[in-house]
Amino acid sequence: MSINWYKYASPATFYGLAGRLIPGFAWAAAVLAAAGLYIAFFLAPTDFQQGEAYRVIFIHVPAAWMGMFIYLVMAFWSAVGLAFNTRLSFMMARALAPTGAMFTFVSLWTGALWGKPMWGAWWVWDARLTSTLILLFLYVGIMALWAAIDDPRRGDRAGALLTIVGAINVPIIYFSVKWWNTLHQGASVKPSGTSMDEVMLAGMLVMAVAAWFYSIAVAFARVRRIILERERHTDWVNAQLERA
Amino acid sequence: MLRFAAPLETREEDASSSSLRFLLTVIRRDLLLAARRRGDWLTAQFFFVMVVSLFPLGVGPEPELLRRIAPGVVWVAATLASLLSLTRLFADDHRDGSLEQMLLSPEPAVLLTLGKAAAHWLIYGIPLLIVAPVLGIQFALPWDAVGVLVLSLALGTPILSLLGAVGAALTLGLRGGGVLLTLLILPLYVPALIFGAGAVDGVISGTGAEAHLSLLGAFFVLSLILTPWVSAAALKVSLE
Repeated sequence: MSINWYKYASPATFYGLAGRLIPGFAWAAAVLAAAGLYIAFFLAPTDFQQGEAYRVIFIHVPAAWMGMFIYLVMAFWSAVGLAFNTRLSFMMARALAPTGAMFTFVSLWTGALWGKPMWGAWWVWDARLTSTLILLFLYVGIMALWAAIDDPRRGDRAGALLTIVGAINVPIIYFSVKWWNTLHQGASVKPSGTSMDEVMLAGMLVMAVAAWFYSIAVAFARVRRIILERERHTDWVNAQLERA
Repeated sequence: MLRFAAPLETREEDASSSSLRFLLTVIRRDLLLAARRRGDWLTAQFFFVMVVSLFPLGVGPEPELLRRIAPGVVWVAATLASLLSLTRLFADDHRDGSLEQMLLSPEPAVLLTLGKAAAHWLIYGIPLLIVAPVLGIQFALPWDAVGVLVLSLALGTPILSLLGAVGAALTLGLRGGGVLLTLLILPLYVPALIFGAGAVDGVISGTGAEAHLSLLGAFFVLSLILTPWVSAAALKVSLE
């Protein structure tokens, strides 16, 4: 069985598909977030070194992952849009950016809450904190560029170029900052074995999937609005609005 | 008025020599324009000097402290001064229509953006290199640190011009373009700032500057290879 991808590359058909998928992702996100928080607060053991304060990682780590992951997805859609000239790809990139910026901000905020009891400071100029901050600046810059350009076609392409330049630059920024200064605790989740309790890891992964589904649901909802706005002069949108 | 397309009788020459001539023409034209309007680029230089000179007034005149912050202060001021002059990199040519004409020429647009960035560096970067040692002495830097400061700026300011050309092309003709350019480009300047200021720090603290300078050089080569293509694509997007 093969899916006709080109069919869903058209905003008109994707509008309906996204509308049908949103409730599923939204409910899955809600259920998983509830389960993840239950694990986080009732099942996961207290950390022998960090006490109860470590529990912020159930929000912090998924948020940090999503902040970076969404940027990569944006860069992917930007590249697809520039290569194949598909309008929907640019719309997806635009729909994802606010959610990515939100998660990046949440990861910085919760990181500060964790850092105060652990390091005794709300903020330290550590490699991962600093590069996450710069990632937030990149999100802000891209959204500011979109906001400043009225012509949607030019805005799409300019934003896509900036996203891709940023994506090339992010690893360089990460390593330059890392080299500059590092005192963050080493990554606890590694491909081969982890230094975490299994229940903690399960809770964190459940929360990460919840964050992922939430991002999909919100991005689809946002892309539907963008499609309606862009296609407001077409017959199918007018028919939709008549029906509503 | 200078010609941008190669004249007919030279068309038979191999493409590389005509491309080189195009590149040099773009650079020479921008230098000529800068020489005619001296106020424009002197503004950026005085901005650089003033920003750096404000810091001792703010943090106090102790030589120990000044020596400690000098690399960062000079480098941050250099990035801001580059942004100040980058806002008009393409804007003036865009306003009088010559930018469209240059893009219509048979030569690839990537040479145009490369030439523009090179001219920007010659106009803004070179004077900065000449002023920097004076500022280093004001900040009580030892002589070897002053040398490395100039060297790091010589390697680093072309990166600022090349990356900045991308931002200038993306924000061409937008309202509030100057502030927007700052927002887009400053995060991308971070590696240059870290390696450049780090090299001078390395000399002062005695760990050596070679590693930082090598990485700065690598970043320069990467920007030189990639950014002219991106700014050419961005110019086409902005002028569509």
